[in-house]
Amino acid sequence: MTSLFEVMPAETAVDTPVRKLTVNVNGKQETLKVEPRLLLAHMIRQALGLTGTHVGCDTTNCGACTVLFDGAPVKSCTMFAVQADGHDITTVEGLASASELDPIQEGFKDEHGLQCGFCTPGMMLSAKALLTENPNPTEDEVRWALSGNLCRCTGYQNIVKAVLLAAESLQHQEASKDEGETL
Amino acid sequence: MTIDEVKIGGLGASRPRVEDNRFIRGKGNYVDDIALPGMLHMELLRSPLAHARIKSIDVTAAWAIPGVRLVLTGEMMASRNLAWMPTLSYDTQAVLATDKVRFQGQEIACVVADDPYIAKDACEAIIVDYEPLPVIVNPTQAMTAGAPVIRDDKENQHDNLIFDWEVGDKDGTDAAFSAADVVSELELHYPRSHPSPIETCGSIADFDRSTSKLTVYMTTQAPHIIRAAVAMVAELPEHMIRIISPDLGGGFGNKVPVYPGYVVSILASILLERPVKWIEDKTGNLISTGFGRDVYLRGQMALRKDGKILGVRMHTDSDHGAFFSDAQPSKFKIGLMHSAFACYDIPTAHLTAQGVYTNKAPGGVAYRCSFRVTEAMFFQERMVQAAADDLGLDQAEFRRLNFVQDDDFPHRTPFGFLTDSGQYGKCLDIGLEAVGYKKFLEQKEEAKKNGRLLGIGISTMTEPLGAGNSREYDILGIKMFDSAELRVHMTGKAILRTGAKSQGQGHETTWAQIVAHELGIPADDVVVEEGDTDTAPFGMGTYASRSTPVAGAAVSMVSRKIRAKARKIAAHLLEVSEEDIDWELGRFYLRSSPDRGVTIQECAMAAYSNVPDGMEPGLENNAYYDPPNLTWPFACYIATVEVDPLTGVWDVLNMVAVDDCGVRINPMIVEGQIMGGLTEAYAMASMQFITFDDEGNCVGSNYMDYLLPTAWETPGFELHEVVTPCPHHPIGAKGIGECATVGGPAAFVNAVMDALKGSGVRNVDMPLLPDRVYEALTTSRDVSGAPPIRTS
Ligand code: FES
Ligand code: FES
Repeated sequence: MTSLFEVMPAETAVDTPVRKLTVNVNGKQETLKVEPRLLLAHMIRQALGLTGTHVGCDTTNCGACTVLFDGAPVKSCTMFAVQADGHDITTVEGLASASELDPIQEGFKDEHGLQCGFCTPGMMLSAKALLTENPNPTEDEVRWALSGNLCRCTGYQNIVKAVLLAAESLQHQEASKDEGETL
Repeated sequence: MTIDEVKIGGLGASRPRVEDNRFIRGKGNYVDDIALPGMLHMELLRSPLAHARIKSIDVTAAWAIPGVRLVLTGEMMASRNLAWMPTLSYDTQAVLATDKVRFQGQEIACVVADDPYIAKDACEAIIVDYEPLPVIVNPTQAMTAGAPVIRDDKENQHDNLIFDWEVGDKDGTDAAFSAADVVSELELHYPRSHPSPIETCGSIADFDRSTSKLTVYMTTQAPHIIRAAVAMVAELPEHMIRIISPDLGGGFGNKVPVYPGYVVSILASILLERPVKWIEDKTGNLISTGFGRDVYLRGQMALRKDGKILGVRMHTDSDHGAFFSDAQPSKFKIGLMHSAFACYDIPTAHLTAQGVYTNKAPGGVAYRCSFRVTEAMFFQERMVQAAADDLGLDQAEFRRLNFVQDDDFPHRTPFGFLTDSGQYGKCLDIGLEAVGYKKFLEQKEEAKKNGRLLGIGISTMTEPLGAGNSREYDILGIKMFDSAELRVHMTGKAILRTGAKSQGQGHETTWAQIVAHELGIPADDVVVEEGDTDTAPFGMGTYASRSTPVAGAAVSMVSRKIRAKARKIAAHLLEVSEEDIDWELGRFYLRSSPDRGVTIQECAMAAYSNVPDGMEPGLENNAYYDPPNLTWPFACYIATVEVDPLTGVWDVLNMVAVDDCGVRINPMIVEGQIMGGLTEAYAMASMQFITFDDEGNCVGSNYMDYLLPTAWETPGFELHEVVTPCPHHPIGAKGIGECATVGGPAAFVNAVMDALKGSGVRNVDMPLLPDRVYEALTTSRDVSGAPPIRTS
């Protein structure tokens, strides 16, 4: 761990300002002390060890660092950690439950929606936000919703298919739930 | 009883990818994900100027920042003889600049600190005093008499020329041109571009004084080459160097060269005796690491009136930046540029090539490309279209007329390669049918009447993959073979290691499928490991679409060695002689009584528990595969577009791809590779390029200026396949990683040029940005994309 969020080594212990913050990450309450300039992406990756959130460009272009911030997709490379104080963050590690993958994760695997996997966590979280808001998107809506996430490997076609497949299976789940309730 | 090969995940199975299980959970293990105890962080200071003498560097303020552990400059590197390092093309490259900076973004100093933020702060505190020098941004300038000599560090270098190279038959070609009815000409620039994997480059060097061992986690496509390079540069014993290439977030050729950041992090770790991590930022990656392309091509085609091509002349001027650090096979200075026109039956050809230094980052890496074949095929297909237009012939028929015919193999290409198989006409037919060629031509005429501009572009090509046979292909003298090592455990499960290194191609999935095909061991029972030089057999790594043609072949061969031993064990178990048994997938059986047999798993158990007298126990082996020839996949890409005459914006209406990459190991993965490649082709054609102003400032140093297509712009693709097995590859595969990036751009550009046909415009350089297309439409003149020459 680096000194950005831990006790400063003796010889470097100058007056670095430190802020305390509490954040709910993947359903778990975390309290940390951080330098005010620490980026959210670095807090997630280094302080919390959740390295599934990637940094590709650090200029808000590639979307590899996308996380859900109170449910909305944000690029964590251009937010400060302190801005997350009191908020809910979901990272890729929070997508699956202990026993089950999220249908979006299933979709990406089934449709070969990833190659090197570097863009994948961000892509899946953008897709998650889309499907929460719009459970039955068209291909164009999927493409638009993912247009803040760059993928260099796949050509997107299979990513789009993966999201549409996930939408279908989520609806299927909903339908069988409803059926269960009415029966 | 017979095993269904697809069910066990053998050849032809669209087996779900093994590596996805960790990637979709965010559990990949990329270099930046690794944290070692006591690890420090390194940042590089880069030059803001493209050409300048360094008068002084003052690092006092940087040292004064709390948390700074080390500041290194070129001078300090020089005191350890490490200021310069050899490149993969027998040149030298500055690690940290001593005398001059030669491109914008060049590495000048490094800071190692407790965290990356402090290291960045300290870099900003370093004061460098420069004396600016005149800047050269293109070959014309570089070769002008009296141009400043960029590489004045090299003895005997009195100009900016790197090489002068030629291949082919000059006299024969001259004769063909004298006999020609028509001579077609074309001149174009294939712009500089950056492979730009989303993950940048980085390393963690960890020198352990107590064992003298250096471990380096590194973003490299070729870990063994790096180990050799580190041994030579740092003068460390090779067995004390361990290079680990963990998961890579894409490579595309960008992660083949040795970069200064790697070397500096290694020295820093040795000096500090602590792990040192260096993770490049995106700008650092875009402005300093291996570019692709940047070649000016011109040529002529000698034609007979009836459409027969009689000969071709080509000349290329390539801009390599400040250091010649290409990773080309050492015999071929301009890579495999002379693979151009290989799918056409052309009697004679001649190519001349010049490479020059400029004040730009070192370039010329094979960006999703087998050593310059991308430029070769682009020129070929643009030239073929221009020639068809000059003759007034249909572009599809002109190609068909000149194709090498199915029964003409093996065929000697005009530059001397030997192609071995293909069904070029069939691929073209499928493509034309899929795109609705005839109908589209009618629609196009119809649309024209209403002022709408439609166009169709074809690109057909065979490219050489799988470098290569060791007679001809080496990098720094190391022959370009590859390797595999297979250990079958007692219970019939296995571990396979190869000298290749996946960057998203899915080797963990596909290599196991080859084992399944050869041995009948279910793919799920085979774990695949790559990228650790302490455990993997020596190999040249993954680039130039060489994994399946070379390492994949080694996987087949090692499996066959295992099978040969298992056969002896089977004979022993069945108490018969080897000649009396036959093999079917996963099982040896008695020819005379097929019900009596033993499975490969039973043989594996016996290998550790019941071997015949005199046989070594165990069931493991390795194979080094030296391919007899290159492989030659073929592809036909056809794009249709509509150009808006009022804005120059063009939309893709349809993109059809017909690929013949021989036998497909995993069709799902093959199609993924094709779609990824087509997207990079579309990117090249439409938006992606890195240019420079006349002061050598890189325009395209971040993703706001260097445009990559998103899901929104990227068109949909329609894929088709033809399978012509490679006659010399053990499973008939030819490789696929790059075909679409290589062949795709010409289809898009030809389509736009077709839409502009009749306007008098012969060429618009890539990328076909709307303003360039608009300029061509309104001026009826060609539009060049070459970087500007300073006029003042
Ligand atoms: S790393 Fe945040 S958008 Fe690229
Ligand atoms: S899978 Fe490699 S960047 Fe998307």
